[in-house]
Amino acid sequence: MTEILPFLKELISAPGISGYESGVRPLIEKAWEPVTDKMSLSRLGSLHGFQQGTGPEPRPSILVAAHMDAIGLMVNALIDGFLRVTSIGGIDTRVLPGQMVTVHGRQDLPGMIVPTPARLLPFNAQDTVVPLEYLLVDVGLLPDEVATLVRVGDPISFAQPPVETAGGTLVGHTLDDRAAIAALTHCLEMLHSRPHMWDVWAVATVQEEVTYGGGLTSAFQLRPSLAVSIDVTFASSPGSPSHLSFPLGKGITLEWGPNTHPVLYKALKELAERLEIPVCLEPVPTESGTDTYAMQVVAEGIPNVVIGIPLRYMHTPAEMVALKDITRAGRLVAEFISQLDEKFLDKLTWED
Amino acid sequence: MTKATREIHLPQIGDEQLKLLERLSNACAVSGDEGEVRKIVLEEVRPYTDEVKVDTLGNVLATKRSSVERPLRVMVAAHMDEVGLMLTSDEGEGIYRFESVGGTSVYDFSGKVMWVGKEHLPGVIGLKPIHLLEPAEIKRQFTVDSLRLDVGPATGKVKIGDRAAFATPFIRQGPSLRGKALDNRLGVAILIELVKHTSPLIELQAAFTVQEEIGLRGARVAAFSLNPDMALILDSTPAYDLPTWDVDENVRYNTRLGSGPAIYVADSGTLYDPRLVRYLVETAKAHGIPYQVRQPGGGGTDAGAIHKQRVGVPSVSISVPGRYHHSPAAIVRLSDWQHTMNLVAIALIHLTSKVLDGER
Repeated sequence: MTEILPFLKELISAPGISGYESGVRPLIEKAWEPVTDKMSLSRLGSLHGFQQGTGPEPRPSILVAAHMDAIGLMVNALIDGFLRVTSIGGIDTRVLPGQMVTVHGRQDLPGMIVPTPARLLPFNAQDTVVPLEYLLVDVGLLPDEVATLVRVGDPISFAQPPVETAGGTLVGHTLDDRAAIAALTHCLEMLHSRPHMWDVWAVATVQEEVTYGGGLTSAFQLRPSLAVSIDVTFASSPGSPSHLSFPLGKGITLEWGPNTHPVLYKALKELAERLEIPVCLEPVPTESGTDTYAMQVVAEGIPNVVIGIPLRYMHTPAEMVALKDITRAGRLVAEFISQLDEKFLDKLTWED
Repeated sequence: MTKATREIHLPQIGDEQLKLLERLSNACAVSGDEGEVRKIVLEEVRPYTDEVKVDTLGNVLATKRSSVERPLRVMVAAHMDEVGLMLTSDEGEGIYRFESVGGTSVYDFSGKVMWVGKEHLPGVIGLKPIHLLEPAEIKRQFTVDSLRLDVGPATGKVKIGDRAAFATPFIRQGPSLRGKALDNRLGVAILIELVKHTSPLIELQAAFTVQEEIGLRGARVAAFSLNPDMALILDSTPAYDLPTWDVDENVRYNTRLGSGPAIYVADSGTLYDPRLVRYLVETAKAHGIPYQVRQPGGGGTDAGAIHKQRVGVPSVSISVPGRYHHSPAAIVRLSDWQHTMNLVAIALIHLTSKVLDGER
């Protein structure tokens, strides 16, 4: 079994902003190789890992998605050796000043995000959050060196190193959604050593943070009977509304709303209760901000469910996750898959 | 090169000096809690000084006597402390309220990892996720009061009263160095080298001061105790040599990286002694050392407290320019550090009481 903590630290230390996931993908391939029957890549770069079921053909299949892309930045101008940047994914400008990054130029360069000094701005920086267009990246090199090594369009990753915090928690960037990649890996490892009738497609999707492109296209290509997204959700934390967040390290969530199938929700909830895995209902009244939002409407439609791993400080370079919740998410999906039988699909009806 | 510089041994920055700066930068010494840096300083200077004491505020005062009679007594000061925070309230489950120590902006703490307490335990200052912000909140200014430090959901070693500093490991990058608290570990590192290499003509009174960031309090009592004839303050001053928002000419740069040591003429606390300013400028010119005059106005150094001590102490400040001080890391140039060290070392070697001849 892959140990979650070192694997996850390795995963979040690898680059892979949306559209540029090739930095992290080999680490996932390496972990999945011993526990899958075959692997392939989608045209957009998502990784597909296949575990064949034991049921008679035609076998139903389940797709389990976790996205491997990260939010980040991209160079959009060079000025006197400094870089101006744009965001890739939902970046919170408030946390950027003073943040360490890696600029993926002709070589990787350590950089630091800095605000234009207050005295050089056209407005009073005391009154407002300094917008992204007034932030710069300083890589500590002379302008000539920067011009040689960096081009407009180069991706930029956060460089906050992983930090183990108290109570079995880990702090770092891109735990959204590499924590779910770790959960999915845990799930594959459990399923590898026990029989399951259904075929399983584990998918490390690309571009979730920007376009949902990976989830959309892999679901179409693989055309599963059911799909599950594992993603992070809001953990209770200072400043977060308590009615929209869930305790950290005390269990996982099951999404309830228009993007998820009520029967699937119920099946997972009942199973979790039987297994004594703590789960909370997570009401999502409109849009699930996960691959499920895309996968539900692929082809003629796919029944979906979302498993949430509570995470503090989402979309900052210092997110916090509890390792226990990652194991819980992986285990619940594995247990669910191993009890799927030929008749399960018949139960997915609307009882109205 | 003049005869004098050929004869003396100028301190050079090599692996040993870089390693020392790295140790100093990675050590945590938030104002009032300078012990970790003090320990390094004492270790380094003890073998080279005639008298070392730690005073009641925690300043390290190290004196190196002269071989001449009635030497010029020169106080050279560098502050050991840095900006950071103190935990002020325990809200349970590893969550702490805090107050900032020294001049920082709320953004310096937002989304950052900190080293807490003497063991450098990790803690994070998170923000409410962007997804949960009201549209107006995204641009709204907020305060340190609204932030919390989170060490993880367990009770343990962290407690109210602990200080925390930015968790930024020191690195070298091409011509630059990046690390936390380079304001003023650069000054501390230079002063340590000066203690190790100074000529015996003057009496060197090395003062590694505390509490500079919260009101120059260590320097004030250090200058009283040492009662020097003059003072030279080593610090690191901001370089605002970045592009302006509209990429127009930047005429408010304060100092620039790569342009050598920054000599102070006036800041918000001190009108520097023109005789000493002139002496530093002439020394730099005579020895071909690049230098820059820090744009007058704003800011300040320990000189603000020292020059008004007792009957007055003629003072001058000299800084290594650095970008992004008081934030999780500063970026400085190795060459500026070397040139600053050279200029101060040569200036001290040639310094006699003549420099103060004539009225101010």
